[in-house]
Amino acid sequence: MSQPGTRLKLDELLDTAKIIVCCGSGGVGKTTTAAALAVRGAERGRRTVVLTIDPARRLAQSMGLTELDNTPRAVAGVDGELDAMMLDMKRTFDEIVLTHAEPDKAEQILKNPFYQALSSSFAGTQEYMAMEKLGQLRASGEWDLIVVDTPPTRSALDFLDAPDHLTTFLDGRLVRVLLAPAKASGKAYLKVVTAGLNVFTNAITKIIGASVLQDVSQFVGALETMFGGFRERAQATYDLLKDPGTAFLVVATPERDALREAAYFAERLAEERMPLAGLVVNRVHRTAGGQLTAQRALDAAEQADPLTAGVLRLHAERVELAQRERRLRERFTSAHPAVPVVDVAAQPGDVHDLNGLRAVAAELAG
Amino acid sequence: MSDFPAARLHVVSGKGGTGKTTVAAALALALAAGGRKVLLMEVEGRQGLAQLFDSPPLPYEERKVAVAPGGGDVYALAVDAEQALLDYLHMFYKLSPNGLPARTLRKIGAIDFATTIAPGIRDVLLTGKVKEVTTRAGSRGGRYYDAVVVDAAPTGRMPRFLNITHEVGNLAKVGPLKAQSDGVMAVFKSPQTVVHLVTLLEEMPVQETVEAIEELTALGLPVGGVVVNMVRAPFLSHEDVAAVAAGTAARRLSAGLKTAGVDPALAPVLLQEASEHAARVALEERGHDALAHLQRPTYELPLLPDAVDLGGLYQLAAALKAQGMA
Repeated sequence: MSQPGTRLKLDELLDTAKIIVCCGSGGVGKTTTAAALAVRGAERGRRTVVLTIDPARRLAQSMGLTELDNTPRAVAGVDGELDAMMLDMKRTFDEIVLTHAEPDKAEQILKNPFYQALSSSFAGTQEYMAMEKLGQLRASGEWDLIVVDTPPTRSALDFLDAPDHLTTFLDGRLVRVLLAPAKASGKAYLKVVTAGLNVFTNAITKIIGASVLQDVSQFVGALETMFGGFRERAQATYDLLKDPGTAFLVVATPERDALREAAYFAERLAEERMPLAGLVVNRVHRTAGGQLTAQRALDAAEQADPLTAGVLRLHAERVELAQRERRLRERFTSAHPAVPVVDVAAQPGDVHDLNGLRAVAAELAG
Repeated sequence: MSDFPAARLHVVSGKGGTGKTTVAAALALALAAGGRKVLLMEVEGRQGLAQLFDSPPLPYEERKVAVAPGGGDVYALAVDAEQALLDYLHMFYKLSPNGLPARTLRKIGAIDFATTIAPGIRDVLLTGKVKEVTTRAGSRGGRYYDAVVVDAAPTGRMPRFLNITHEVGNLAKVGPLKAQSDGVMAVFKSPQTVVHLVTLLEEMPVQETVEAIEELTALGLPVGGVVVNMVRAPFLSHEDVAAVAAGTAARRLSAGLKTAGVDPALAPVLLQEASEHAARVALEERGHDALAHLQRPTYELPLLPDAVDLGGLYQLAAALKAQGMA
């Protein structure tokens, strides 16, 4: 079948990249793609680690990931060096606090209810901690290749935006205002802020209650000592993503919404000057019997026995599906002609063993 | 007669990729049929409803998007946490959204803080709006909307989204935030609410559905029906699927193709396609069994040949109505 656009040279990428980030909207097979790339990378001789966020249970088991312990573990059965880990965002956050804050401050932060909520349920924490973990894995120097699966967000862009949100907050004016309202008074140019602050304090107190505000202030006060650390680390990880050794792969399925999300992501990466290596299209339907058109198959089915008619109608459906998928994909390629594309055929069931992952990777490599 | 006669708030969730937005819209149309007024809400800022109804991005206002068969109206609303907060400040504290205090709050990042950073607050704001539209009084007694359908977070995040008291309870033990979340929770746990789950007959979506129902039950949230989306037409009988899977259909197919005037040389290719279909049917049956164990009302929606448009939505709405979901 013809391949519009350039074809992704996967093995070249696996042999040279230092970091491969798999992005895409939810439900497109990101985790499977990341795991397949990691297995192939390791079996091509690179010391590889794959960081997964929320793998399906059986896929995790196939890689020996039975517990979420935030530490890379060797994957048995791979002909090479492959480690795999599942992200524990709360523990990763705790570790940052313990590394950067003085012991008594650290304890204060870890006990703070606001911190506990932030570290376990803030929508952006998972993205931020995935970035943080990536930075740590890279800094350790233990691996040649790090493959990252991104969190199951509604939008692929969240992965890039969330850390910025968090650091903007931690470094922001609100925090400074919360910390030192007294310092602000007396300076004419800050009068508006002070006036706003009173309203703010009143409104927030009314809305969320004084005790919450107190917890927030205490949390922010305790974090103050680690601001530099946070900001520098977030910046360093962001820079890492711009490094030529980093490659982004956008994962999609041949469906309108998933491809639209992939297109947004491609545009955003271009804006950020981040290196997009290619688009992986999972669950693509093909047919080897394209010479029998859908219409012809349906016509023939009219005068056939039930078995033959059923088989012919199945074929017609498949031909139409393949054509529709190809049109959708071509729309992406014509808008982004420079992005290499690779297809992975739809499988009847999910992939959940190493051989399944090898087969996916072999298809990706072409 | 609907299977959920007492329900006024229908929360629709499902694994990413199962088509929950489409199902929520079809359910809203089905509920509106016969002259009722239904609000379809989106809470994740994705503008999926606008795409579905082929309209420009929805503003933060309730806007009529479709007329149901028999004259009912479907309104749509895309809730945005920032707007919900400004709304809230305006309603309860008389702060004008464009006044100095609100502008200052925005400037120093307080709005951003409350809507994106502070855990729980965002969800309280969004679910607070769900409660407000559900319980809003109509001008002539009764409720303003006969039903509200929420296109909710995917299954992974949904229980947390609905179990708002718990999330907030860790932060606020007393005060207005606590009172607000308790009020929302009371609505969610009442008989007027049902949470429906959308799935496909595939391994992971079925698994997530089973887990979500366990989780909702444990939280005391009312589970509604299971919608199996994108069901393919059965092209082959059970016996023929079994024959294809067992590899005993080749001769019959070759003969059948010859009779139908198709080149029998294509038989191996067609048989290969049919055996992939048979493998999928086997997985689908396993999914069916797992869903049957749940003993929840289950509805099936056909796979539409093209991307779902308004015509397709009417077709799906009719199917839901015929099966008793609305």
